[in-house]
Amino acid sequence: MKNLFRLIYRYHVLLLFVLLETLSLSMVVTYNNYQRATFLDSSNFFTGTLFEGFSSFFQIFEFRQVNIKMAEENAVLRAALQEHLLKTNHGTYKSSDSIYLPRIAKDSSLKAVYRFTTARIINNSINQQHNFITLNKGRHDGVKANMGVIANGQVVGLVFNVSENFSTVISLLNSRWKISAKIKRNDYFGSLSWDGKDYRRVQLNEVPYHVPVQNGDTVVTTGYSSSFPEGLVIGTISDFSIGTGSNFYRIEVMLAADFKNLVIVGLVENKQLNEIKQLESLNKYGN
Amino acid sequence: MVINLLKYSLVFVVSVLLQVLIFNNILILRMISPFFYILFIILLPFYTPRALLLFLSFALGLTVDIFTNTPGVHASACLLTGFIRPGVLQLISSRETLESVSAPRVENMGLNWFAGYATFLVIIHHLFLFFIEAFTFESFHITLLRVIFSSVLSVVLIVLSQFIIFRR
Repeated sequence: MKNLFRLIYRYHVLLLFVLLETLSLSMVVTYNNYQRATFLDSSNFFTGTLFEGFSSFFQIFEFRQVNIKMAEENAVLRAALQEHLLKTNHGTYKSSDSIYLPRIAKDSSLKAVYRFTTARIINNSINQQHNFITLNKGRHDGVKANMGVIANGQVVGLVFNVSENFSTVISLLNSRWKISAKIKRNDYFGSLSWDGKDYRRVQLNEVPYHVPVQNGDTVVTTGYSSSFPEGLVIGTISDFSIGTGSNFYRIEVMLAADFKNLVIVGLVENKQLNEIKQLESLNKYGN
Repeated sequence: MVINLLKYSLVFVVSVLLQVLIFNNILILRMISPFFYILFIILLPFYTPRALLLFLSFALGLTVDIFTNTPGVHASACLLTGFIRPGVLQLISSRETLESVSAPRVENMGLNWFAGYATFLVIIHHLFLFFIEAFTFESFHITLLRVIFSSVLSVVLIVLSQFIIFRR
């Protein structure tokens, strides 16, 4: 027994190192969507307050730019809304006059499915493999997990963790997140993810190679993930190739949103998300 | 003793704040980003007990992890740096110097010594950090390039900081 203690004492540094290293590496491996260690997250009170104070100091210099951007975002959203309403109505209302909007809104089949709010980014990163964004709104302001995050009508990310006053967003520039996306011109869809190399480019996979693809084609959301409305712009195709031994294209998509200078983002809530998820979960049990 | 405690707590807080508020937002040529905060590990006194060194390194890494939402990544890299530091010190200087001088500073040890010592630790830290973060050897050369260029930038910042903020 005495010898054992002597041995432990002699190698205590090495043992401590191995122990702590195992602990931290297991944290790296087990950290994923299902295991949300909320206290190790920048949505907690201390880090959130710090980021907020620091970013509001620099915000003073950005107000002009923010105004312009918000006006642009409004315009894009309004255009997207009109387009959407026209599409869901199967072209019954051909007029693009703004007067037709209230008339359509009375139609019960067109009840607003999505609710929009805005939030300010208080921390953002693009230089890692797993990037996150912190927002200045939380549960208190009606933010929920799985809300879509957009800027200027373009996809930015998905709300991940929510605390009382802050929330973290899993950025499109996070190699652990995938989103369903399609080519706007021909509606073929695939899964979009980031390979962690270039913050301006993401990759669209699983598009079969018989599909005609062109450089410059617009890539948009499909609406399958239910967190985003259909047709939000993600980017344009900048390059494509067929992987060796694969039946699918590897498509490089140039992002439309510039993740380096995001300031204000919009949050999209799908009011029917729970209903959809509940219905879909039934598929797992029935044979 | 108390003065040292206060001083190094301050170094800890300032390194972390500079890292998460400023240096985390720097990305040059889409691949180079400095990790300045290990300055804290570099500056700890020579006589720091090895177990304490490990705990402090771990705490430093975990603090940065909390800010960047990467639990374990920085903690494991810092831990390795803290573990290797005594070996590096023995490798590049004699026992007598280490016993006669209290802390690794430019004014104690000279600019060349300090830069070499910082480079050693920064490279170990960055190698481990970038490969753990990528969690693959698939794009080996790209990750290696990121390590090399980021290390250069980090060392320059760490050495410069010795002349600007952490003068005493």
